[in-house]
Order: sequence, then structure tokens, then C-alpha cells
Amino acid sequence: MNRVWLFFHKMGSPPWFYRFSGKLLPWLWGLFFVLAAWGLYLGLVKAPPDYLQGESARIMYIHVPAAWMSMLIYVLVAAMGLIGLVWHVRIAEIMAICSAPIGAFFTAIALATGSLWGRPTWGTYWVWDARLTSELVLLFLYLGVIALYNSFDEPRKAARAASLLALVGVVNLPIIHYSVTWWNTLHQGTSISASGSSIHPSMLWPLLIMAVATKFFYAANLLVRTRHRLLLQDHRKQWVRNVIMKEGS
Amino acid sequence: MSGVQSTGALRALLKRDLLLAYRRRSEMAQPVIFLLVVVSLFPLGVGPSPQLLGTIAPGVIWIAALLATVLSLDSLFRSDFEDGSIEQFLLSGHPLTLIALIKTAAHWLTAGLPLVLLSPLLAVWMNLPAEGARVLVLTLAIGTPVLSLIGAIGGALTVSLKRGGQLLSLLVFPLYVPLLIIATNAVSAATAGLPFAGQLGLMLAGLVGALTLAPFAASAALKLSLE
Amino acid sequence: MLSVRDISLERYFVPVFEPVGFDLSAGELLLVTGANGSGKTTLVRLLAGVLRPSHGSIKYADDTGGHRNLVYVGHHLAIKDDLSVLENIRFMQAFLGPGELPVEDITRQLGLHRVRLQAARTLSAGQRKRCALARLHTSGRSLWLLDEPYSNLDHEGMSMLDGLLRRHLDSGGACVMTTHGSLRPDGFRFRELVLQSGSVQP
Repeated sequence: MNRVWLFFHKMGSPPWFYRFSGKLLPWLWGLFFVLAAWGLYLGLVKAPPDYLQGESARIMYIHVPAAWMSMLIYVLVAAMGLIGLVWHVRIAEIMAICSAPIGAFFTAIALATGSLWGRPTWGTYWVWDARLTSELVLLFLYLGVIALYNSFDEPRKAARAASLLALVGVVNLPIIHYSVTWWNTLHQGTSISASGSSIHPSMLWPLLIMAVATKFFYAANLLVRTRHRLLLQDHRKQWVRNVIMKEGS
Repeated sequence: MSGVQSTGALRALLKRDLLLAYRRRSEMAQPVIFLLVVVSLFPLGVGPSPQLLGTIAPGVIWIAALLATVLSLDSLFRSDFEDGSIEQFLLSGHPLTLIALIKTAAHWLTAGLPLVLLSPLLAVWMNLPAEGARVLVLTLAIGTPVLSLIGAIGGALTVSLKRGGQLLSLLVFPLYVPLLIIATNAVSAATAGLPFAGQLGLMLAGLVGALTLAPFAASAALKLSLE
Repeated sequence: MLSVRDISLERYFVPVFEPVGFDLSAGELLLVTGANGSGKTTLVRLLAGVLRPSHGSIKYADDTGGHRNLVYVGHHLAIKDDLSVLENIRFMQAFLGPGELPVEDITRQLGLHRVRLQAARTLSAGQRKRCALARLHTSGRSLWLLDEPYSNLDHEGMSMLDGLLRRHLDSGGACVMTTHGSLRPDGFRFRELVLQSGSVQP
């Protein structure tokens, strides 16, 4: 337990974090590419077409993991924001604010792929069904957090305000989700549940592999953005000068 | 050591806020006028067909109420923030959470309650039948305090920004979505003769939740804005 | 009464002023001076607890459950334009404690008796400053934090403030006051703390 605590404590120090994340990054990118390639191959090539929807259902291998990530990342923004607010850990603040654009990106992907998926199925590019509508509201929540952050001049105050907003949003997230679902049920019900799944294994595997792949993408992208912001914020400090000299040589 | 009990101080704050609102009553009236204008635009925009108006009435009136509330939210904390009163509240020793709650209550009394009182008129304009109109007033009576409470959080977060008002609307609208859905559904259900008690119950639960949680978030946001 | 160690606040990742520390006891007056932009207002707001320090600590004696025993009068006067002088002072009393004097006497003491029923909006800058200083008449808070309190005051106003300050210090209160250049309390013993703009610590 002590070692875990010590690890997190060390990660709070920017130079340590920078060094550690630098070592981790190549692995994260590597795993993402491998898993994504494998998952897409299984999903787009090997898996059978859907019984009802045919080839167009293949877009779900991107849509569903993107939708999952959009919600997971919002929770993470709120969680990291909470750590930053309560314990005043700067790295947590930075990671929270760097995650928000990634989450917004996944939300946009989910909306775009959902819309494309809907075209052959429903005949239009947009329907106000439960999943798409709550993804849209989620996108607005993300945009609000990002806009609030960009409105403040002082970076730490900006990060804290955005974190507080994300926390308020995360409390509302299940309520929004529930109410939108209740409002309209047109979308295909979730096919993956804890007690087993109603999807054929050859379709399930690519989905799960893509789900894991997106997590590695998020982690890698997050570390890249966080390292960048750390360098910017600490650019007058000695450790940054050391890094620049080392990486320049 | 301050020899003042918080209850006395908070009562004084409520009276002060209501007095200030009264002294600026023409400004306070603007969101109400806005509500009337917006609702009256709909028949002009979609045609005066009674059936159409009656169908869209719950949504139109509720959305107009949302817009009118958001217009008035920026001034919840702004005046006190800009003249340094919020700082003094923080230093007074009285719980900032309760102070935020009292100010939100004053805001509702001056900006939310008028909407509730005007809603029968709006129901008539939009051809909403009597059963629906009754429930409309009820949903607004329960819902507008929630709008003020959640809006206060947004107001507190943006109060230190020069053009905070525009951003404020963007921030609170997603948070208002569940309320809008459930309230309009309650009114539509009542008009169709279907049960609506569940929806009202949910709204009441939302009100209780907002009453207990929102002031904490608002006071945290105020402290943040002071930095 | 007040014990400050190594305190500083970072804005945009640069400290606003070089770390400072001091102790303040009952009856003492501390004058905080420094060039424009050296962070005097920031320091006072840190002492008031409005801002949280990035480094260092502040300890207050008389701390009762988080409520601090202080009065802060800063650049923002915290008086409502739409309320009269009397209404503003009555509200201060309702919020911070009635103090020893009835409100009419307070207006007389502040030199605002003639205009006490006028809305604060109609007063001059000096009169508004006097109204804000009514806060000092509220009950029993022993630490005064004043940010350039003499600004906008005329000669009478300054002696009025000096009188208040003297009574406060004599009865065991303490005061931290910022000032730049020439506006200083007259005939007081004080310690001086000179703030210097901060630079980045590696």
C-alpha cells in the first residue's frame, strides 16, 4: 500500500511525471495500434454481417467504443478534477482539463458514426433517439467545460472552475441519461450486459478489443497533451531547461 | 467575535436583496416581458391553429421559462461580486452555503415566481386545456426553484468573467434537459388524461436534491471566483 | 494574534511577491509598503483568507471553528449603490454585529450624518469611502486588514480614521495596513514590511 501511495505522490512532481510518462508513451501507442488493427480486422473483415442491418452494422465497432469512451472520459474529468480541487494537485488539474477535448472528440465520433449508421437503418441522418440525444447533450457538457476553461486568464483558476463544472455535470449525467432514455426508446437496446451478451462472439470480440484499444488511445493522447502543458506551464523552471537540453542533443 | 446569529444575518440579507430588486424593478421586469414576447412569437411563427398550439404548448412555455430564467441569472451574484460584497460575505463568518441559498431564494421570488404566476395566461394563449394548465402551473412552481438553484451554480462560476452571461446559458442548458423533459411530459400526460403523479414526484425529488446540493456547489464556485 | 511564515501566492506560475513572514501581536500596527504591483492587495487578501497561499502558512490566534476574527476594508467598498448610507450601515450591523454605537452616532462619527438618507450612488468617492469604513464599527473583531484606507479621504476623513485606529490599537486590537508613499497614519508607532515583486523560483 505504501509503495502505491509513494508512486502517486511522486507523480505529483512535474519532472518525475514527465520522465515516467515519457517511458510509458511508446508502449501505450504501440498497444493502441496493435489492438486497433486487430480489432478493425476482426470487425471489418472477419466478422459476419448483421442479420438485420447487413454490412452497415460494422460501423458499430467504432461507434459503440467511442460512445463508451465519451462517457468514461467525462467521469474521469470529474474524478481528476475532484482530486485537483480537494488536494490541490496540479497534475490532476492538468490531466482533467487535457482529457476534456479527447472526450469531446470521442463524443463527436460517436455522433457522426451514429448518424451514418442511422442512415441505412432509419432513412435519415438524424433521429432524436435516446442514445444520440444523450450523446449530443454530453457534447454540450464537454463544450461547456472547455469554454469555461478558456474564458479565464489565470490557468490554475481556469482549471479549477472547469473541474467544478465537470463535477456538477457528472452528478447530472445519470439523470440526463435516464431521462433521455425514458423520453424516447428507438435505439437498439444495449447488446452488452454484465450477465452475458446477446451478440454472437464473432461480433463481440472485435467490439471488446476496440473498446480496450480506445482506452490506450486515450491514455497515450492524454499523456502527450499533459506533458506538453507541463512544459508550457513550467517553462521558466530548471527542470524544463534540462529536458530541452537533453532532448535537443 | 461576531455577536450575530446566522439566522438574523440571513434574514437581513433576504430583506436587503428583495429591497434592492424592488429599487431596480424595471430591470427585474425585463425577463418577465421577455417571456411574454417569446411565447407570443410562437403563434406568429407556426400559425394560430389551436390544435398545433395546444400540442406544443408545454414545450414552448417551458422553454420560454428557461430562456427567461437564464436571462436573469447573470445578475444573481454579479452586483455583489463586483462591489466586493461577496468577499465580505465570505469573511463574515456566516456559512457561505446558506448565503448562496438565500440569494437564490431572493432570485426565485423576483424572477421565478412571476413566471409561475403568469403561466395561466400563457396557457390560455397557447390553447392548453384546463387539466394541462393546472399541471403546468404545478410543474413551474416546482421547477423554477430548481432552475434558480442550478442556475446559481452557473452564475457563481461565471461571475468573475466580464461577459459571463453568454457563457452562463451554454453551461446551464444541458443541466436543465432532464427537468424540461419530465415537466413537459407531465403536462402532456395530464392533457391526455394519463397519470402524471410520477413525473411530479420526480420533479419534487429533483427539487429536494437541488436544495441540498446546489448551494454547496454555488458557494464553492463563489470562493473560486474570488481568486 | 497573527503568525505568518514564508507566504507567497503564484499567479500564472510566478509568485506575486517574494515570500514574507511576520508576527503581529495585540496593539501592533504593521504597514505594508511596496511599489505598484508589488502585491500589497494580494497579501492583504491572503491574510483575510479570501485567497489561498501557494506556499507558507498563516496562523491566527482567536480562531474559533474556522471563523476568523477580522474586518477587511479593501478597494471594493462593498456598499450597495441603491441603498442609503443608513441602510448600508444597518445591513453591516445585521451581518457583522451591532458594535457599540447606535447607527445614528456612527453616521455622525463618520461625518455622513447630513447625507445619511441619500443613496450611496449619489455620494462622492470620499463619502463612499467613509461609509465603507463604518464596517470598523462592528462588534469586537480584533484584527483590521485595511487596503489603502486613506485613499479618497480628505483631511478630516484621515484624522477620523486615525482616531478610530488609535482607539482600536489601544484596546488591544491589531492592524495590517497597506499604503503607498505619502499616505500614512499620523503619530503612530508601526513596523514596516516592504514587499518586493516575485521572481520565478527554479
